[in-house]
Amino acid sequence: MSAAQDVPDQDLVARALDQARTAGATQADAVLVRSDSHEVKVRGDEIEYVKQAGERCLGIRTLVAQDGGFSSAVTSTCDLAHEAIDRMARETVALARAMAADPHAGLPEAGFAEEIPDLDLTDPGDRNASVEARIEDARSAESAARATDPRIDNSEGSQAGSDFSEIVYSNTHGFKGSYTSAYHSLFSEPLATDGQGKQRDYWMTVGRRIAQLEDPAAVGRKAAQRALRRLGAKSVATCEVPIIFDGLTAPSLLGQLAGCLSGYSIYRESSFLSASLGKTIASSAVTVIDDGRIPGGLGSKPFDGEGLATRRNVLVDGGRLESWLLDTYSGRKLGMPSTGNASRGAGSGPGVGATNLWIEPGSGTLDEIIAETERGLLVTELIGMGFNPTTGDYSRGASGLWIEAGQISHPVEEITIAGNLRDMLLNIDAVGSELVWRGRVASPPLRIARMTVAGH
Amino acid sequence: MSSAEKGDVASQQALSFFKERFGVDEGSLEATLGTALERQIDYADVYLEYTTQDSVALEEGIVKDGSRHLDQGIGVRAQSGERQGYAHSDEISVDSARLAAGTARTISDQGGGTLPVSLQGGGPAKSLYPVENSPTDVPVEAKIGLLDEIDRYARALDPSVKQVMASVITQHRQILIASSDGKMAADIQPLVRLNVQVIAGDGEKREMGYEGMGGRYALERLMDPENWQHLAREAVRVAKLNLDSVPCPAGSMNVVLGPGWPGILLHEAIGHGLEGDFNRKKTSAFSDRLGERVAAEGVTVVDDGTLQERRGSINIDDEGTPARRNVLIENGVLVGYLHDRLNAGLMGMEPTGNGRRESYAHMPLPRMTNTFMLSGQDDPGDIVRSVDRGLYAVSFGGGQVDITSGKFVFSASEAYLIEDGKIGAPVKGATLIGNGPDVLTRVNRIGNDLELDRGVGTCGKDGQGVPVGVGLPTIRIDDLTVGGTEG
Repeated sequence: MSAAQDVPDQDLVARALDQARTAGATQADAVLVRSDSHEVKVRGDEIEYVKQAGERCLGIRTLVAQDGGFSSAVTSTCDLAHEAIDRMARETVALARAMAADPHAGLPEAGFAEEIPDLDLTDPGDRNASVEARIEDARSAESAARATDPRIDNSEGSQAGSDFSEIVYSNTHGFKGSYTSAYHSLFSEPLATDGQGKQRDYWMTVGRRIAQLEDPAAVGRKAAQRALRRLGAKSVATCEVPIIFDGLTAPSLLGQLAGCLSGYSIYRESSFLSASLGKTIASSAVTVIDDGRIPGGLGSKPFDGEGLATRRNVLVDGGRLESWLLDTYSGRKLGMPSTGNASRGAGSGPGVGATNLWIEPGSGTLDEIIAETERGLLVTELIGMGFNPTTGDYSRGASGLWIEAGQISHPVEEITIAGNLRDMLLNIDAVGSELVWRGRVASPPLRIARMTVAGH
Repeated sequence: MSSAEKGDVASQQALSFFKERFGVDEGSLEATLGTALERQIDYADVYLEYTTQDSVALEEGIVKDGSRHLDQGIGVRAQSGERQGYAHSDEISVDSARLAAGTARTISDQGGGTLPVSLQGGGPAKSLYPVENSPTDVPVEAKIGLLDEIDRYARALDPSVKQVMASVITQHRQILIASSDGKMAADIQPLVRLNVQVIAGDGEKREMGYEGMGGRYALERLMDPENWQHLAREAVRVAKLNLDSVPCPAGSMNVVLGPGWPGILLHEAIGHGLEGDFNRKKTSAFSDRLGERVAAEGVTVVDDGTLQERRGSINIDDEGTPARRNVLIENGVLVGYLHDRLNAGLMGMEPTGNGRRESYAHMPLPRMTNTFMLSGQDDPGDIVRSVDRGLYAVSFGGGQVDITSGKFVFSASEAYLIEDGKIGAPVKGATLIGNGPDVLTRVNRIGNDLELDRGVGTCGKDGQGVPVGVGLPTIRIDDLTVGGTEG
């Protein structure tokens, strides 16, 4: 076996394309994902684990012209020996030949990224940051959490991780591109205990540069305060009240909405919004943007999974549905151009994914929204997957804080909140001013005028 | 891939595979472990994996997506007290193993001995899932033919069927584990799965129905018309049923769970809470409760990795420990935890064969296999008739649990109102929420009809997914909170 360790990634991608063409592919593309990562966890005074890894994986897609369109197949391999790549390329073509021809399949014909802008996705200096330094970050978070209050007497630990990756993409239309990025995180999950029981909660910070992360001790303290405020939580009587989603839970609603705007769920008619383009789907306070080119953004990338330039897409403007999220295939199915939202890993073909996705901030802090809520629930954590994208039906387990007379009165648990996402979006009657990124999807706090709370 | 000769043992085949393909044999594994032990390390292990996964999918009447993925790698773990060092690489070679061992051992900064490791063993002599040919070797044309037939069949079942999506996924996984206590074990783990999803329409209204099945057996079983036709009929039936469903009530009520997949209740409500890591750290709502009553009399719950051909079954876990049948709750009393090696050792207990990992890129964690409740005496029909007003839930989507508070949810995908002891109108999907440590104390009827699920479960923990199974007889639970919209 020939060792692939020293072969540049670009050459491996080029080899995959050459081999695919030789084997009979009409079109092909290939992506190589390289990742170097480490992750550490500290619990109490002890290091729980240190994990380190280096990986390179190659994904190949081949398209073969047949009567009625292209047939296609996708393969991936982490074995990057020349023989392995050559064999995989041949297998991909053979697999593609067996598939049915599809008139909508094929590489994009235009719109490739003409330049690769530097989106500030990594700080080269962070490469030299030692594992020991990240252990110290986790240690600081952990000890600050434990020192917050005597009732913080245990934890699931505090974790710090750094991941450096490189994407190399090329296709037989001549597009070649690559970019590097990094992702750093710090997470702390303490337990609070009192006579009645125990509660956990967490806080986290993420960024493209280590310097962008919140102070480790502050992360630990915030996590501890969140666990402490859950002590004594109880269920409430079944009722209908206004529901406020905080900055940690509101993004889950936006993520669910994004899934219902994906071109694939539209042409399959598996989204409750399939027939709603151009219509009002949310309250006028709601504007949703997807923008893949925010400097330093956790979802930023100079080109998408098909080599197309990423861009800013207004999905919902003042409540009106303006655009789907599309890659080339789902766009063709709907007779529309791609929106530059192809996502692609080594292990899959192109699909649709949001880049940096957010709801535009409104006015009023979370505290102000709480103060103007006579009686209701602030949701701070959601569990379960009770959402049906085909109908919009929504029912999830929740915990949070009860609001009486505009004030937090007590913690709540063992309840569900239920409604339909169609009504929930239309009934958003407050959009907060605070927008904090803890992933690719962010939302200010949102209040929904009325949902059903099921309890005792 | 070599096909199994009759009597040839899967574990031996896997051992020879890694030796022939990558030149990794007993000698090099012993040397790798020796490298790890040059620091003060209590325990070290090496994990090799070579997995092929194929998938073929149909949508809009054509089979248009085909894929093949090759996943291979090596992971080396070094353990010192509660500390673990882990390094992995996607290159399997003697060199990459030594490099990984050198990185993993840095978890200890103390020098160690040069205790030689002498490896023995190879894994169980008899496989729970003997498969003559790898399911990934079945020609793609056969899979395409199956999916085309399913499409035609499902569309012909009812004019309301708008969309049929079907996929067949086959996996062939070979693993080898060698550890510093001299044990070596290997396994071949086949896995197949067939999914059928339909979207039915009535005017503007759309509803989805899903049914799937799978396990560790040959693909031919899924190609049996009796099996795939059943899946298609179920998917269409559920989609149509949902078109007529009414809003689900909200609040506390008596719930009857049907047999089989509703066993996800056990997985969420108690299974996770009994995993050894949470109990060693005392972060579980079940910590320090061994010997206490946590369920009604008559409730016995087991986790059994040794069931023939089940999706959740394993000959050995991902630390080389043979799978076992572990009783978790016996006649209402908590009697056991689920352990991997590390947490069992730290608690002074025995590993239970539940140390599992998603792949070489992950450290093992205590995980479930097939988790189910044993049958009781009651007639399932009598159980439904015993409820004046409540919910009868027969199928579920996913669930989740907060280990520490014990609060868990699971979401019904097919459920009916019960009125005056009779099954009434179908209701829209709703999430049910309860408290793990006491929910089973309110089980007051246990049916005589234990069923296991059809083999489609995947459990997620710390970002790792592993295949699992669940099972349940019909049971009645009082005062469970149902998360509908009708107050």
